[in-house]
Amino acid sequence: MNMLPGRKIIVSLLLLLAAPTFADSNLPPAEYANKQISNPAKEAEARKLMETLRCLVCQGQSIADSDAEMAGDMRALVRQRIAAGETPGAVRQWLIQRYGDYVTYDPPLSPMTAPLWLAPLILLGIGGLIAARSFRRKRR
Amino acid sequence: MKKWLWWVPVLAFVALIVVLASGLFLPADRTVRSAMIGQPLPEFALRAIVPGKPGLASTDFATGQPRLLNVFASWCAPCIAEAPILMRLKAAGVPIDGVAIRDTTPALQAFLARNGDPFYRIGNDRDSQVQFALGSSGVPESFVIDGQGRILHQHIGDIKAADVPTIIAAIKGAE
Repeated sequence: MNMLPGRKIIVSLLLLLAAPTFADSNLPPAEYANKQISNPAKEAEARKLMETLRCLVCQGQSIADSDAEMAGDMRALVRQRIAAGETPGAVRQWLIQRYGDYVTYDPPLSPMTAPLWLAPLILLGIGGLIAARSFRRKRR
Repeated sequence: MKKWLWWVPVLAFVALIVVLASGLFLPADRTVRSAMIGQPLPEFALRAIVPGKPGLASTDFATGQPRLLNVFASWCAPCIAEAPILMRLKAAGVPIDGVAIRDTTPALQAFLARNGDPFYRIGNDRDSQVQFALGSSGVPESFVIDGQGRILHQHIGDIKAADVPTIIAAIKGAE
């Protein structure tokens, strides 16, 4: 294209101003997304639960760590329910009912997750067996 | 020690490489599906957000007629792509209701004026609470609800032209 040098600079500067499309709404976060519950004991309970819940859109982060809008809405959900008197266990169960075990970083023991808990014990057993056998051989 | 036993670690190593390589070349499906399929629609009552259009409550569903529940937002780009397909579904006789996530009246009015309005009702889900109750993890998502108010089918992402027969079949099958 045939552009004057000055115009080129202006066009590149205008490109900087172009609004990137955000996959977020323009609304402010939910009230309890970043505001603590007034009761500190309940806030501590809520906080502990939030650290074990997976952010559905960021997936590698807990909702306590994530800045995603949806994580904020989930924090608000957890805080409101716990402030209203629900136990953290009940809130966790409510979310598992909707999203499956995937939503929690603390998956319950089930046939699917059993290898996670059993594999270390089995490997430890094999290691012990090998150790015992090699010690026995040395003594001979 | 028996000679063949020496091969066990080698085989274990090869098996590990196969597992890791398959994970590398076939990335896992990261879609979060709702665990609510087959369950009754959770109870909710959302206020209206667009003047002249009623809000949306779970009681609007168990009416004997299957409906499509569309979770959307005016700020969501794939929702714009989906809008003409929803109009097509409406024309095919599929009753559609909307749950608007984190939206405002003017933004939504502009969205409907520009992209068409296939909705009988639209509920205002300001803080995504009904979205969570449905087990939905993004916009747009659509749920086929049968006449008894049960969730039959979830479509994640925008409904494309190729998905129209599936959705119509799901609605017809729910009658």
